[in-house]
Amino acid sequence: MDSYLTTDDANPRVAARTSRSAQTRPARRGRRTTEGADNAGERPDARQSDRLARALGWFSIGLGIAEVVAPQGVARLVGLEEDDGNHRLLRGIGMREIASGIGILSQRKPTPWVWSRVAGDALDLALLGSALRSDKAQRGRIVAVTAAVLGVTALDVYVGTRLYRNADGGATDDAGDNTVEIKTALTVGRSPQEVYRFWRDFDNLPRFMNHLEAVRITGERTSHWKAKAPVGMTVEWDAEIIEDRPNELIVWQSLENADIENSGSVRFAPAPGNRGTEIMLEMRFHPPGGTIGARFARMFDEVPKMQMRNDLRRFKQVLETGEVVHSDDSIEPGPNPARPSERIPAL
Amino acid sequence: MRANCWEGKQKVRVEDVPDPKILNDRDAIVRVTSTAICGSDLHLYNGFIPSMVKGDILGHEFMGEVMEVGKGVKKLKVGDRVVVPFTISCGACWMCKQELYSLCENSNPNAWMAEKMFGHSPAGIYGYSHLTGGYAGGQSEFVRVPFADVGPLKIENGFTDEQVLFLSDIFPTGYMGAEMCDIKPGDVIAVWGCGPVGQFAIASAFLLGAERVIAIDRFPARLRMAERNTKAETINYEEVDSILDTLKEMTGGRGPDACIDAVGLEAHSPGLQHTYDRAKQMMRMETDRPIALRQAIMACRNGGTVSVIGAYGGFIDKFPIGSLMQRSITIRTGQCHVQRYMKPLLARIENGEIDPTFVITHRLSLEDAPEAYDMFLHKEDECTKVVLRP
Ligand SMILES: NC(=O)c1ccc[n+]([C@@H]2O[C@H](COP(=O)([O-])OP(=O)(O)OC[C@H]3O[C@@H](n4cnc5c(N)ncnc54)[C@H](O)[C@@H]3O)[C@@H](O)[C@H]2O)c1
Ligand SMILES: [Zn+2]
Ligand SMILES: [Zn+2]
Repeated sequence: MDSYLTTDDANPRVAARTSRSAQTRPARRGRRTTEGADNAGERPDARQSDRLARALGWFSIGLGIAEVVAPQGVARLVGLEEDDGNHRLLRGIGMREIASGIGILSQRKPTPWVWSRVAGDALDLALLGSALRSDKAQRGRIVAVTAAVLGVTALDVYVGTRLYRNADGGATDDAGDNTVEIKTALTVGRSPQEVYRFWRDFDNLPRFMNHLEAVRITGERTSHWKAKAPVGMTVEWDAEIIEDRPNELIVWQSLENADIENSGSVRFAPAPGNRGTEIMLEMRFHPPGGTIGARFARMFDEVPKMQMRNDLRRFKQVLETGEVVHSDDSIEPGPNPARPSERIPAL
Repeated sequence: MRANCWEGKQKVRVEDVPDPKILNDRDAIVRVTSTAICGSDLHLYNGFIPSMVKGDILGHEFMGEVMEVGKGVKKLKVGDRVVVPFTISCGACWMCKQELYSLCENSNPNAWMAEKMFGHSPAGIYGYSHLTGGYAGGQSEFVRVPFADVGPLKIENGFTDEQVLFLSDIFPTGYMGAEMCDIKPGDVIAVWGCGPVGQFAIASAFLLGAERVIAIDRFPARLRMAERNTKAETINYEEVDSILDTLKEMTGGRGPDACIDAVGLEAHSPGLQHTYDRAKQMMRMETDRPIALRQAIMACRNGGTVSVIGAYGGFIDKFPIGSLMQRSITIRTGQCHVQRYMKPLLARIENGEIDPTFVITHRLSLEDAPEAYDMFLHKEDECTKVVLRP
């Protein structure tokens, strides 16, 4: 295993979808459980994605069997080096294919299994990527097969999102509601007074919120925010505090002209057993780009959630230990070997 | 500097890498004078712990001299001699205050990754995959040591490196394994695995008052080491038909009062079970081979304790939950909370109650790390514990 998934919060591509979000409406439980959450199985497009899922299931099984019984053939076909290691690997992948194929076909709700295919595709793509780098392999073939896998990946993602949406009642497109809501909780070993005070001083925030570049106070209740966004862009917005209860709660929302409409709240409550303060952070945002943007953001809403947790964790580190904790891996963006860095990082 | 790096499955290489720098005010830089290879390193070497990255510096058992300290370091100064615990702990979070140092809430910057795998994240560890932080390890000339006031133990009484080096991991680990057995007078303790960790678990069980200790392994040299160093009785599991029957015969049919698993996820067995688990592991249908753990549970007396210090990383199959539940067995586990044990165990070394050097079989240079890993993996030349000098 050469690398782990790059869902690291250091990954700039996913930056803007984080935090700094949003809450224009009163909190609603669960994201996309809206109006008319009718039974997925009865909708015509649901039947269609079911059929597609089934086809994918059979494809999985076929491919899996080929990989298990004839890894040499498959290796040759995809242009991988024909060594023992690759054969073993292909057999492993084959087992996975068969398992997710059977999963898709035998489940009444195939969604998670289709997603398991997506995860598998990602793995295959990574494998083919490393094959591309190896000299002995025949590049032309690998490129062709990579394209094919990419095609299947796209199909997997498509079916996955459709099933997902159907299961959720299909709120997004039809209702035109693009809100993405994320929340996360963490306990910090300091009193609600200390925690509130540190958070309320917005100058402190960029210290632990990695994607935040700057916060400028512009008025009694207003401030200007600047955050890193994908492909080296920045997004900016003005925010207003709409509720501020010392040591308990801060609620904010973006004002008009925001690059990303967003809102959020942070609650502080004493943790039982003198363990400090339980923080509950909630953010909502309306991703730009309409439906496509929303679908994309939603597909990966694990990522902003993780980033939000990481921000909270760094907040805890600063309050409890006085510093943001770094390892040799974490000071560099993206996956990196655990060894000292050549450059002096800006900390 | 020179450092031993993970290059892939069963491949390590000593390379030139940049020197570490102080990154945080509470860091220190330590020049390594001695470091060791651990059974845990073999799990990484064999590719059983996910999230390794090519080029990771290995090693979590090390000691040396403080070369540089950050502005926030109060207790250490340049020139101090220190043993560094393998767990990185902040000393300030709730877990650290409970002395559960290997569960420090602040020291793993990759906690999000560990949360995916384990539900919640443990502490950061030197040179032990990116799940536990992605920290450069100690099989190198220099190491950056975070929270330098919390972990490192100052050595002032002229001990040799070899006498105190194992306070970094295996002595405290073996000791914690025995402590978790809540040993009472008359207790019989069985220990699976006579690697370095098992050896310290056996010795510690006696230190804590066990009446008898039964040590289980298949390598005669390791069994002999246990016999020579303590009054342990031994079983070579390849020479008996059934471990369970043998243990029953040796304990009047009761079974041991407590069982310690000092083997972990790469257990071996001569029988079909090994093939079964090996196959499942290869097909990624389980990540760990829990052969010793299954036996420890089945063998333990009714109402006894199973103490798990052998490392597990993922998921297992055929776990005898029925035996565990029906017979009121307590299971206790953990990466060692090293900082909790360093001082008391240093005192035991000082009093002459134990001399930790008995496990060392090989002394080599850091440059020999690749051969040393290979030898330790295959137990060639009766290899039990390798100490490396940069
Ligand atoms: N909990 C902790 O904090 C901690 C710290 C250090 C090491 N560890 C773990 O402890 C374990 C042992 O470490 P080590 O350095 O002694 O490793 P090692 O590999 O030298 O020793 C393992 C021993 O177990 C024996 N063994 C294998 N299968 C067995 C079986 N079925 N029954 C009985 N014995 C069997 C082997 O022959 C070997 O002697 C490893 O899993 C390591 O990761 C845990
Ligand atoms: Zn160790
Ligand atoms: Zn801590």
